[in-house]
Amino acid sequence: MSTGTQTEVVMPQMGVSVSEGTITKWLKQVGESIAQDEPLLEISTDKVDTEVPSPAEGVVTQILAQEGETVEVGTVIAMIGPAGSQPAEPAAAEPVPAEPATPEPEAVPEAAAPAAASPPQPEAPAASAPAPSAAGNGKTFVSPVVARIASEHGIDPSSVPGTGTGGRVTKKDILAFIESGPPAATPTAAPQPEPVPEPVAATPPAAAPEPKAPPAPAPPEPQPVAAAPAPPPTAPAAPPPSRPTPQPAPAPAAALQGEALEPMSAMRRGIAEHMRRSLDTSAHVTSAIEVDMSRVVALRKKLKPEYERAHGVNVTYLAFIARAAVETLEDYPWINGEIRGDQIVTRNFINLGFAVELTDGKGLIVPVLRNAETLNLLGIAKGVVDIAQRARDKKLLPDEVQGGTFTITNPGGYGTFHGTPVISQPQAAILGTYAVVKRPWVVQDEMGQDVIAVRPIMNLTLTYDHRLVDGALAGRFLRDIRHRLETWDESSY
Amino acid sequence: MAERTYLQAISDALREEMRRDQRVFVLGEDVGVYGGAFKVTLGFQEEFGPWRVIDTPLSETAIVGGATGAALMGMRPVAEMQFADFISCAWDHLVTVAAKQHFRGGTPVPIVVRLPSGGGFSGGPFHSQNPESSFAHIPGLKVVCPSTPEDAKGLLASSIEDPNPVLYFEHKHLYRRIKAEVADERFTIPFGKARVHRDGDDVLVVTWGAMVHTATEAAEQLATDGVEVEILDLRTLIPWDKERVLAEVERCSKVLVLHEDTRTGGFGAEIAATIAEESFEHLDAPVKRIAAPDTPVPFSPPLEKAFIPQVEDVAAGLRELAEY
Repeated sequence: MSTGTQTEVVMPQMGVSVSEGTITKWLKQVGESIAQDEPLLEISTDKVDTEVPSPAEGVVTQILAQEGETVEVGTVIAMIGPAGSQPAEPAAAEPVPAEPATPEPEAVPEAAAPAAASPPQPEAPAASAPAPSAAGNGKTFVSPVVARIASEHGIDPSSVPGTGTGGRVTKKDILAFIESGPPAATPTAAPQPEPVPEPVAATPPAAAPEPKAPPAPAPPEPQPVAAAPAPPPTAPAAPPPSRPTPQPAPAPAAALQGEALEPMSAMRRGIAEHMRRSLDTSAHVTSAIEVDMSRVVALRKKLKPEYERAHGVNVTYLAFIARAAVETLEDYPWINGEIRGDQIVTRNFINLGFAVELTDGKGLIVPVLRNAETLNLLGIAKGVVDIAQRARDKKLLPDEVQGGTFTITNPGGYGTFHGTPVISQPQAAILGTYAVVKRPWVVQDEMGQDVIAVRPIMNLTLTYDHRLVDGALAGRFLRDIRHRLETWDESSY
Repeated sequence: MAERTYLQAISDALREEMRRDQRVFVLGEDVGVYGGAFKVTLGFQEEFGPWRVIDTPLSETAIVGGATGAALMGMRPVAEMQFADFISCAWDHLVTVAAKQHFRGGTPVPIVVRLPSGGGFSGGPFHSQNPESSFAHIPGLKVVCPSTPEDAKGLLASSIEDPNPVLYFEHKHLYRRIKAEVADERFTIPFGKARVHRDGDDVLVVTWGAMVHTATEAAEQLATDGVEVEILDLRTLIPWDKERVLAEVERCSKVLVLHEDTRTGGFGAEIAATIAEESFEHLDAPVKRIAAPDTPVPFSPPLEKAFIPQVEDVAAGLRELAEY
């Protein structure tokens, strides 16, 4: 996409369900020269944080979206001119830096909703015009058939997740979108996340929100209309709006004295939405068990130097627990399962998600170790190190944060001994691991006498969706995983 | 029903028409004693005699001119070109006389010119062409391009029945390679009715002749990736089944137009333009064409392979459309 000799830099599509991204840092400024594929900026989406390489060689002539701004995928955010180009000065006359994606200069910089959507009056002729924003937002090409279907159904194509080249919305995409029913109405004052139920399995906490109605309608079912919230009481004769009828917008945030405001990152919004939706969806119950980690501690001590020397891998307690969890999950398919509509999904594979805190402490991401049932202790140790490192380096691929079937979260690194994590939807449970603490522990000596010994004890919690998993089942699961850890057989790694 | 090769099906249809209609006769180079360059008329002279199976001089002009005259006098001649390439010698008789006679004088010219066409066997530039688009451009001519034994038989019977000059392109590469069950009794296949050769709804291929089989092999490759390709065999180019093509475009929304003839001005251009003009709002991808490059057909086997669209080329094009 170059206009004349200028090359446009657009917000890239980072995974099928990602609709927008936040610019976290410009690595080059206007006037600086850049090579093709040299990193130009860093972006944060609700799935991954990553660097965006320059599509062309030359000079940065314009930066059209500032750090902290969130723009839709496909929006032009910078221009690269040929070597020797002069920086453009397009917005000199305007009070606000020109920003095509966020037209209204509001008090709150992040209130980037399209102007047509923010007033709560539903009757807006422009809103029913075909594909207004797709035409204007520079998003990838809308084909004739997609434009026609969108117009006939009053859909904004840019609200449909695309699977075609460069995220283009294909005819199949828009037909599937129509078939799966209108998305639940959400307040539109905040930039709206991807409004489509994503049929492709699991989304980890930091992943794309799926604004299903609270009872989680099954995406493939052709009856989600019934599950969607009742339409707002607008005039019955009104034509179908091109997007969900806006509800009254929440009052715009304003800083009181002593307060400071900062824009919410795409990832933070994604986490917020997902956490709320998870609690609204699953019946969260947490059970805990205490595990004597003596054998694991001893074994780790023995294996650590060996693994480091031979494989360059630091084998952590987490790897042991993950391995034990995988073995135990094979006996508890529902805990590795999912409620989909009124069906229970079980699997012959285990995709293990690991909650990883990002280095800035301002977010977390859940990379997925696929087919963990095929990995031994070494394989899991390697996999965990690899995905955690790449999560922190922002080198994860979008598909590596999708498709988890069970998640392990490890908040024990700071010494906490108990917690009640939130389930990563649409999974059925999440295992929490906590600090290994030396405790006085009653054991039997060789004479069969009870004695108090000092033992490394770890709490494990299983937070499960009580809709699917009963307390007894969770208890047996925890018992079995404890048994595996306490009787860890050297030959079984 | 019996299994017949494409070539046998042509021969069967011709023999059958000659048996049932005394007006039908064949003429061409070596069609009599020798039985034709490809043996389509083998044994015909024995059965029908030298006056209905006429060996002509080496003159395509004389063959088509003579056929046109005989047709004007009420006969139903079936002329054979040894190779479709040689028809250019008869251009004037075909285009200036036969195609226009009915419009000028009101007299029909019911001739059939059989045209062994197509490459794939290193025949080189004079023996491998697919000149169907040249004649599709001439109002007054009909153009037939069967791809299967059944169509070859039914369409030849229809061609002989038709009151207009008909160019019957029979693909040499299919002659003995393609076999299928064909009804023993006489049947006709109407002109202008496309045939679904393979069902699918992800990508549509519009094609004819030998490329139907190339497309089928490519489609099988894509099926393993879960992409279902529909293959529509036009069977006749003039008239061509526009309604059916547009209906399938509406369903599939992604179209590959495929032919063995060279690209520029090939009949695929007409189809692609019609789809763009009349079905624009049903398209989910640009109409794609795969055809031979704009050069004479090369002799060298590897060059010829590079020239004629191969299964891999078609599969790649289909993938591109499927992923678009």
